Amino acid sequence: MRIEVKGLTHVYSEGMPFETVALEDVNFVLEPGSFTGLIGHTGSGKSTLIQHLNGLLRPMEGAVIVDGVNIADKSDAARALRRKIGLVFQYPEHQLFEETVLKDVCFGPKNLGCTQDECEERALHALSLVGLDGKAFQDRSPFGLSGGEKRRVAIAGVLAMEPDVLILDEPTAGLDPAGHRSILDMVRQIKRERDLSILLVTHNMDDVARLADHVLVMQSGRLVMEGTPLEIFSEDAKLQTLGLSLPQATRLMNMLAERGCDVRTDILTLQEAEEEIVRAFI
Amino acid sequence: MAIKDITLGQYFPGESIVHRLDPRTKILGTFVFLVTLFLVNRFAGFALSAAFIAGVIALSGVPVKFMIRGLRPILFLIVFSTILNLFVTAGTPIVQFGPLTITEEGVYRAAFMALRLMLLIFGSSLLTLVTKPITLTDGIERLMSPLNIVKLPSHELAMMMTIALRFIPTLLDETDKIMKAQTARGADFESGNLFRRAKGLIPLLVPLFVSAFRIAGDLAMAMEARCYRGGKGRTRMNGMAFSGRDAGALCVLVAYFAATIYLRTMGG
Amino acid sequence: MNEPIINVEQLYFSYASEEGGEQIPALAGVSLSIEKGSFVAMIGPNGSGKSTLAKCLNALLLPGSGTVHVFGMDTREDALVWDIRKSVGMVFQNPDNQLVSSIVEDDVAFGPENLGVEPAEIRKRVDAALASVDMYEHRQKGPHLLSGGQKQRVAIAGVLAMESQCIVLDEPTAMLDPSGRKEVMDIIHRLHADGKTIVLITHFMEEAAQADRIISMERGKIVFDGTPRQLFSQEDNGHNLDMPFAVQLAAKLRSRGLDIPKQAITDQELVEYLCASK
Repeated sequence: MRIEVKGLTHVYSEGMPFETVALEDVNFVLEPGSFTGLIGHTGSGKSTLIQHLNGLLRPMEGAVIVDGVNIADKSDAARALRRKIGLVFQYPEHQLFEETVLKDVCFGPKNLGCTQDECEERALHALSLVGLDGKAFQDRSPFGLSGGEKRRVAIAGVLAMEPDVLILDEPTAGLDPAGHRSILDMVRQIKRERDLSILLVTHNMDDVARLADHVLVMQSGRLVMEGTPLEIFSEDAKLQTLGLSLPQATRLMNMLAERGCDVRTDILTLQEAEEEIVRAFI
Repeated sequence: MAIKDITLGQYFPGESIVHRLDPRTKILGTFVFLVTLFLVNRFAGFALSAAFIAGVIALSGVPVKFMIRGLRPILFLIVFSTILNLFVTAGTPIVQFGPLTITEEGVYRAAFMALRLMLLIFGSSLLTLVTKPITLTDGIERLMSPLNIVKLPSHELAMMMTIALRFIPTLLDETDKIMKAQTARGADFESGNLFRRAKGLIPLLVPLFVSAFRIAGDLAMAMEARCYRGGKGRTRMNGMAFSGRDAGALCVLVAYFAATIYLRTMGG
Repeated sequence: MNEPIINVEQLYFSYASEEGGEQIPALAGVSLSIEKGSFVAMIGPNGSGKSTLAKCLNALLLPGSGTVHVFGMDTREDALVWDIRKSVGMVFQNPDNQLVSSIVEDDVAFGPENLGVEPAEIRKRVDAALASVDMYEHRQKGPHLLSGGQKQRVAIAGVLAMESQCIVLDEPTAMLDPSGRKEVMDIIHRLHADGKTIVLITHFMEEAAQADRIISMERGKIVFDGTPRQLFSQEDNGHNLDMPFAVQLAAKLRSRGLDIPKQAITDQELVEYLCASK
């Protein structure tokens, strides 16, 4: 699934004194099978943007074109495509409501019109994708689970709709470091198994460096930078003016280079830093 | 229509004489004003009420545009009742469109009803516009405190009101978030008959209730950590004391009320 | 050496299990003391007991067995509860759910009002508290107009207005974005410099590293109590993924033959050593 965003503009409270431009002339493409990181300050328009990608919001100007179809169309084709774009909000566990885990995960497929059997099959698949044993969890109340388990059930609820694109808004918000790593490993696993494209909204540059092959940087409603992680993180000065930091490895290598050491700075991860330092100092 | 159009419950900061009145004066004033709206029955009476509230609005410094925006939520109601009254009232016909008749009485009725609704909104929203929520609930608590004798828990009720007002925006936000999350899973909150729509609200209401309980639990713990133990021994940073301003305001209020009664009894 | 203001002796605590019967021990024999004016960080994974311990410090939770003494007061004594909570103020994780009032300055006044302080005095304290967290100009705003970091600062002001000498912060930055986290940490440092005793519960190692002392917890027990430097220069720690980046990198480099000293625990120090060795 290829998502093309063209000239996307969105304004809140139009015509009123509180009018805010949330998005202004945003253009980019999400290629099939990509892993895109979306970074930017709170208030840069990230939340508004992702709500446009699955049709929750309609553009004032511009369009979101999925596989050649404008998803704001009233056609059946557009509707079908919108349903193939999965969106996981922040703190997704707040959306749980059913009596059992299985029923909650089935909610999405049911709304798509699947039969009871299809729903359950999809639900169990989705649960195993998020690392939960379907048989053990299916009859438990979602409210009796731990925080991490609830979050996984909520994500399974979106995966059960079998989207082609999965958008995750800060899926590790509020988690401790172990939980954080675990959820991201899960995301990577999901991408591998289901062959979807991923759009990850995050504040964590190390995650972007490690996982993404494509990065979008937003500021005040505009897309201000786009490229591979290497391209983006080599622009230290620009990122600083945007108030954004670098991955820790990149930052350290920059520090070494500034002190006159002859090291490469196109480094993104701990392993790369290790190799480069070993090369330069041994 | 945005949440911001609901002026009832919003506070408009300012230092006007109206802002600085004791909340009890303002509560009494609003109550009296609302009562008079149901006592007036002639144009003179409405003119007086309109003049009164216009004067208070002018003194308060709240922009007229703001007040008018507050009418948006009930615009439909005003138009609907106007039309209803125009065509349904029996009496001396003025105009006729086939089976539909507009009577003289109908015109009066419609005009009065529309005016009444508008003045009602102005009067009630003005109270919350010029009084901070905490001051308002303090005022209500003070006015209710004589009822403590009959075991009415005035402090607790006022605290409940304060907290409810405080969390209205939070819960509205939460509702919006949950609706979006469920819509992204294919939920439909718009279509279907009444029964279906009610059932369709479960994915919204259950999480909302759970959230509300979670908020309540967190809040209770935070309040205890800050030594909350009910109303006993509690002081207030924003003191309440009647001053010359309040005496003056009350005099004006009494005069207005008297005039309203006079106009009503004098009329035919 | 400052005198200890908090003394915890052999503290055990269990939450009642929902299904009844089986109790889950959250604290399994914790003993520690905290000195006046110190900045202590408590770190540990979810379920380690650190939040439970925090709530035992201001009598929100009472010991199952063992004792907690705060400024000489036993938390089990009913009559002293309000004095205890006045001396040990607490800031919670969710910025929104701890603000009681629709107006910032009224919320900061909530604590002193509960304590029956004179209105004029409350006014003074509120203004001072808001100024010390750089929120004075927002004093008339409603909480829904504030960012997460700003809300937490208001919550801190609310504790300051009660003139608490010790401030316990239970994962105050867990729900904030990076700039909000920085705002809160800056205020914490400022308060510490002003002489307040700070107990910071966190799961971010970068925050714990800024304290004078780190207490690390696991499954209801203390597994480490010492300075950040001591923690990071311990033998196995390079392989613990939660260690600061420089510590992890230094350990990897050591295993590749580079002789990086154990004292190098920050980016700066690591870079210094490497450049000097060239």
